[in-house]
Amino acid sequence: MAVTALMIKEKPVATAPAKVMALPTPARPQRQWGRLARTFLSQNVVPPAIVLAALIGIWQVAAGGAGSGLPTPLMVWDQSYELIVSPFFVYGTQDIGLGWRVLTSLERVAYGFGLASVVGVLIGALIGQSVWMMRGLDPIFQVLRTVPPLAWLPISLAAFMDSGPSAIFVIFITAIWPIIINTAAGVRAIPQDYRNVAAVLRLNQIEFFFKIMIPSAAPYIFSGLRIGVGLSWLAIVAAEMLTGGVGIGFFIWDAWNSSRLTDIIVALVYIGITGFVLDRFVGWFGRVISRGTAA
Amino acid sequence: MSYLKIDRVVKTFTNGAKVTEVLADIRLTIEKGEFVSIIGHSGCGKSTLLNLIGGLTQVTTGAIKLEGREVNAPGPDRAIVFQNHSLLPWLSVYDNVKLGVQKVFGSTKTKAERHDWIMRNLDLVQMTHAADKRPGEISGGMRQRVGIARALAMEPKILLLDEPFGALDALTRAHLQDAVMDIHARLGNTMIMITHDIDEAVLLADRVVMMTNGPAATIGEVLTVPLPRPRDRIALASHPDYVRAREGVLRFLYERHKFVEAAE
Repeated sequence: MAVTALMIKEKPVATAPAKVMALPTPARPQRQWGRLARTFLSQNVVPPAIVLAALIGIWQVAAGGAGSGLPTPLMVWDQSYELIVSPFFVYGTQDIGLGWRVLTSLERVAYGFGLASVVGVLIGALIGQSVWMMRGLDPIFQVLRTVPPLAWLPISLAAFMDSGPSAIFVIFITAIWPIIINTAAGVRAIPQDYRNVAAVLRLNQIEFFFKIMIPSAAPYIFSGLRIGVGLSWLAIVAAEMLTGGVGIGFFIWDAWNSSRLTDIIVALVYIGITGFVLDRFVGWFGRVISRGTAA
Repeated sequence: MSYLKIDRVVKTFTNGAKVTEVLADIRLTIEKGEFVSIIGHSGCGKSTLLNLIGGLTQVTTGAIKLEGREVNAPGPDRAIVFQNHSLLPWLSVYDNVKLGVQKVFGSTKTKAERHDWIMRNLDLVQMTHAADKRPGEISGGMRQRVGIARALAMEPKILLLDEPFGALDALTRAHLQDAVMDIHARLGNTMIMITHDIDEAVLLADRVVMMTNGPAATIGEVLTVPLPRPRDRIALASHPDYVRAREGVLRFLYERHKFVEAAE
């Protein structure tokens, strides 16, 4: 062993330049996509599909007895067929598909929630920055945020004298608290290092707000926005039931008054799916925006 | 007239009724182009002293004057390299440097000039290759290089380094020390560096300022390092002047001002 090692050492080092050899790129396995799709199906589609089918079956049996007050899934399919299959029909000003109604409600949410986001982040930043402001405002906010959304409705009707702005105000006042509280927490959590950097660079208040505060607090802000958008969607349906108009909430109230129970069930599904999509959308948006803030 | 004059500075912190004197009667003058390291045991207030010069905190009594003008607020003429780099993680390396450049040269340089200036400073710390990377994607030593580039790009009168290499491994640290010496030689900046590493203090500095233990810490001794530049760490390792300077600092820190934990 030792002798061979010595002999190898004494050999002259080869001086020919090393050749760069291109290695063949390994062929991508053909079934990669097929396998991915199959795992996705078996993990994310099959289990909920089975559970859903089971639940509908139980519902069918439970509501199928004579004298039951609730419609069965088959009755829903029969009687509200048109609402289910074509969300975007327009037969008249009050006779439109549920897709349009959801969009009308979403428009209100967009106004109310958009306003709440801007005002909430600004107030939250103020509270997070100033100890005095926090001491003064925080207790008031902690009380106000527990007020149920609909309790604001009579006040806002009295103030705006119109159902449209009132509904938007209810959304605003419902969504703003988690946004304020989370933004304030995020601003308080800005590391002293970043504040020192801002001080040395002599950033003014506006530069500090956009260049340090917002990016640094983004994960907090977005968790507030996510809670806020969920609350808005909860509030809009209830508010619309009382204020009337074209939205999905009023549709449910209207269907109840004309005893179209199956329509209500279809509307519930629409509301649930829309709320789910809203929540996921804000969550995804937040992840995209605040990517890179942690590190 | 001296360039930077720290004149009878006292710093006390008040916490309720309890008043703690952190720094007592600090007097120091620093000439233009000088490299001064400040060394002392942890908790002796050396970072507080740097923050006072940087303007991040204000003196209780006394004054700090830069070119005859009192400084009591932070500003780009005294750029700080922080111990934990403090780069903004959501900005690329380039944009981190740009933030300071925009602020300082926004009105005096054109956009193209600013770009060249940013790249020149990144080049100074050999970081042009990572200009588009985010701080999370580069190593700790590289982040500290970018921190130095960001500070240099503001063209400060004084560069303040707050234990800049404290969090780095020994090899990276040696590389960065060489980089700082190289920059000091090329640009002739005035630099003040806080450190708790005796070799680092002696190797880099023209003068080593040694601080006594707190509370009420003050400057115990100032040692002039009579070594010619450029300095080579390997050649210096056995150089009698270097060894003597090193020994002087050691004696100060471990014989005369031994760190007593209970004093905290």
